[in-house]
Amino acid sequence: MFKKKSDEILHDHNNDGIDRRGFLKCMAWAGTGALCVMEGGILKSYSLSRLAEMSDPQMAGELSFVQISDSHMGFNKPANPDVAGTLKSAVEKINGLSQPPEFLLHTGDISHLSKPEEFDNVDQILKGASARDVFFVPGEHEVLNHDVKSYMERYGKNAKGAGWYSFDKKGVHFIALVNVMNLKAGGLGTLGHDQLEWIEDDVKHLKHSTPIVVFAHIPLWSVYPEWGWGTEDSAQALAYLKKFGSVTVLNGHIHQTMQKIEGNVTFHTAASTAFPQPQPGKADSPGPMKVPAEQLKSVLGITNVNYLQGHQALGVIDSTLA
Amino acid sequence: MIRKTVWILGLLSTAMVAVLLLSAASSYSSAKTPQPATAEVKVDNFSFGPATVTVAVGTTVTWTNRDDIPHTVVSTEKVFKSKVLDTDEKFSFTFDKAGTYPYFCSIHPKMTGSVVVN
Repeated sequence: MFKKKSDEILHDHNNDGIDRRGFLKCMAWAGTGALCVMEGGILKSYSLSRLAEMSDPQMAGELSFVQISDSHMGFNKPANPDVAGTLKSAVEKINGLSQPPEFLLHTGDISHLSKPEEFDNVDQILKGASARDVFFVPGEHEVLNHDVKSYMERYGKNAKGAGWYSFDKKGVHFIALVNVMNLKAGGLGTLGHDQLEWIEDDVKHLKHSTPIVVFAHIPLWSVYPEWGWGTEDSAQALAYLKKFGSVTVLNGHIHQTMQKIEGNVTFHTAASTAFPQPQPGKADSPGPMKVPAEQLKSVLGITNVNYLQGHQALGVIDSTLA
Repeated sequence: MIRKTVWILGLLSTAMVAVLLLSAASSYSSAKTPQPATAEVKVDNFSFGPATVTVAVGTTVTWTNRDDIPHTVVSTEKVFKSKVLDTDEKFSFTFDKAGTYPYFCSIHPKMTGSVVVN
């Protein structure tokens, strides 16, 4: 007799490979860490506590990398007086992963005040990671004084415009975007005309089967516009990616994990390595959230991403620093 | 007759003194209550308080960042622009012309405010 597996899709109204129950299940684990893998159109989600039970082929992929975000080096307020210490914990976590990542992505707010010594400190700590290559995008804290010059001198040598670029790793195409420049009063994150044109050109010659990973600081989906958590012209960028079967969008900025799946696109935000921020609308403002010291590492984290060839979506695993 | 004239003159002079006193009093009171030459805006909880501040021409407005996160004060029409303000740092600008000056935080553009100068 056929027995339904608890993680199989029961109702797929949008034909996007996910039902509401499956989505909520993924969301429920978002705070503690979850692995969501699309296999043959079926979303399978596993809590981190079950990872030990999973066989290697389920875990290991052709390509594994780690996203870290919002290290805010230089921040010293009560929400976390030791952001260097928690970044070091993130590096230890990375170095303890069973499949060593090939490289790191940093989705911005590297520094708190764009000071050279803050960048130096982050660079020094990240040198301790098993993965030596780090790909950056700027957060708004890298462009505090209205220009991106100092960021570009340090991190943007091979980048275009205000720091956007792309590269390929093991058949996956990575697109690094900048949505923290030229922000308008009352507005959201912005990519701008020049960058949008560049995206269109950058993906023009790629096969539709090429897995795409887009990373940028501010979410490219509308998480909570009231707090500026969204990008006003992201729909145009995503329109250029419609033809691809698998698009994974990785963002930071909101200092908490969140995931949303829309058709072929999986949106994901990473935790900060520095301090948490409140859930959308759950506080007067999105300022740093103070939690008891012993709980701090449980609300900070890293995101491990695995690409398994032949699978539609990349596996995204959040784990806390606790 | 002479006595009456003196009395009228006395009355007139009393009235003049009174007028002088009144005018002195009125100029004294206007000197005592000029439009304030300074105004304060607090940057707190990702907002400007008050969001709209109304001042007289010549007033210096000072913004103070009370948040744990840095902010900026940038005129939408490029009239003024602060450097980044970390916690407790200040920025001042003197408004010499009447008008409405909308501004925002260039790091968190949802934060907006305006200065009305009369």
